[in-house]
Amino acid sequence: MADKITLTKKDRWAVCWRSTFLQGSWNYERMQNGGWTYALIPALKKLYTTKEDRVLALKRHMEFFNTHPYLASPVIGVTLALEEERANGAPIDDVTIQGVKVGMMGPLAGVGDPVFWFTVRPILGALGASLAMAGNIMGPIIFFVAWNIIRVAFMWYTQEFGYKAGSRIADDMSGSLLQDVTKGASILGMFILGSLVNRWVSVKFTPTVSDVKLADGAFIDWDKLPSGAKGIHEALTQQANGLSLENHKVTTLQANLDSLIPGLAALLLTLACMWLLKKKVSPIVIILGLFVVGILAHLANLM
Amino acid sequence: MSLNFIQIILVLIVSFLAGMEGILDEFEFHQPVIACTLIGLVTGQLVPCLILGGSLQMIALGWANIGAAVAPDAALASVASAIILVLGGQGKAGVNSAIALAVPLAVAGLLLTTLVRTLATAVVHIMDKAAEEGSFGKIDFWQIVAICMQGVRIAIPAGFILAVGSGPVKALLDAMPTWLVDGLGIGGGMVVAVGYAMVINMMATAEVWPFFAIGFVLATVSQITLIGLGAIGVGLALIYLNLSKMGGSGNGSSTNSGSGDPVGDIIDTY
Repeated sequence: MADKITLTKKDRWAVCWRSTFLQGSWNYERMQNGGWTYALIPALKKLYTTKEDRVLALKRHMEFFNTHPYLASPVIGVTLALEEERANGAPIDDVTIQGVKVGMMGPLAGVGDPVFWFTVRPILGALGASLAMAGNIMGPIIFFVAWNIIRVAFMWYTQEFGYKAGSRIADDMSGSLLQDVTKGASILGMFILGSLVNRWVSVKFTPTVSDVKLADGAFIDWDKLPSGAKGIHEALTQQANGLSLENHKVTTLQANLDSLIPGLAALLLTLACMWLLKKKVSPIVIILGLFVVGILAHLANLM
Repeated sequence: MSLNFIQIILVLIVSFLAGMEGILDEFEFHQPVIACTLIGLVTGQLVPCLILGGSLQMIALGWANIGAAVAPDAALASVASAIILVLGGQGKAGVNSAIALAVPLAVAGLLLTTLVRTLATAVVHIMDKAAEEGSFGKIDFWQIVAICMQGVRIAIPAGFILAVGSGPVKALLDAMPTWLVDGLGIGGGMVVAVGYAMVINMMATAEVWPFFAIGFVLATVSQITLIGLGAIGVGLALIYLNLSKMGGSGNGSSTNSGSGDPVGDIIDTY
């Protein structure tokens, strides 16, 4: 029996370094997929020696991927462990690997954005900026050094953590753990995709559906208010009683759609894209088409 | 003030680094406090550029690429406004007008990065072909090409400003039609759907579709953060797995104890 191929610390470090360039080929079609594949190449090169295996490995990693660039590291770690087991003959299929990737990327992006972009960077940035505004060269130096120490340490240790956790998942071949992980990952993946479609796909319509003049007594009659602070008091009281600020009730198309469920247009758009993709329409055509639609709809005051 | 040949080359290198980082978001060369300082360093106007960088950093503290949305472009804003400050030759006195220029520059940079991110789609299609051939070298090469495209995105405008001076740049920014900027922004909000559609097409089965629906509906509750949604998703997955096991393994567990009644087993062992 052949020796088990393992990824050494050096291999894992090579992957970690390459993951620095994760977003390099960020694109509107599959986002970080190119950078993801680029990062995994040192590992794939070692694990797979025949051409067929290499082609399969590269193709399965060219699928859609997008998360926070630093939080990709634990996902990379788990993927390395799964690929290692697969190369050694474990029955881990493409769906498992893709399920783990998709299942982890959404929640992790949700961790990375607030932690790095809205906490660490503003704090270090404000520190560096205040020194810099006073003409102190230490400002940018502190920002640069502190940020990169935190970043590299985080990326390396979370990748190692993911790698070790991933090995444990794959080791337990006797039980049904792997099947559970596969199914669990696709459940989580679909759940997160549902919420991402709602949160991140933005389609907003501007047209007004109706513009109705309200009956007397349904709106605040500004001319009849007492002057000064008393008038403000009266106006606020009336508003609290449910009177409208304007004498017209304007209903926009977007408000009508939102009262069905917010994000409905985004959902329909996503379903339309799925349908077009199944009809073998090129994603690039869809993307360019959407940009054209955006500009035309804006010019026509629809969006 | 005019720059000598070596300074121009160095400015272009700094611009290139800032452009790369504008997409990579790793070393943070594109953050104003770093990018402006570097431009100042290579042009010999360190202090004014340092102050400009600090001031812009304060404005840009909350600018971040979230998901597929693209933040105002700090890279072009810092590099171009620092170059304009240096060319203007007013020293510290020019900092305020340079800041005023930075925000429209950030929006212009947004258009450029949208363009490059669309071009990158073509690059990953070439990478797909390389994957078919199992060629690691070609994938490496095209990844580097894509990164260089992002570098060039800032280096070309920087070179342009160096070539024409600051006046025409101002006029150009004023002339950019808002309908184009807004329309591209609207399109950018929609194209994200294409990526999701591809993943859904791959993962969807009748068994997991209900979870998509639950996720979609829960996301309308804006108080639930993505972390919260993640926790709910994990919870649902665990519940589903456990329940489906209970249904299927009623016979299986009996091999352990013979009774299939956990409470009974505990009593028996006493």
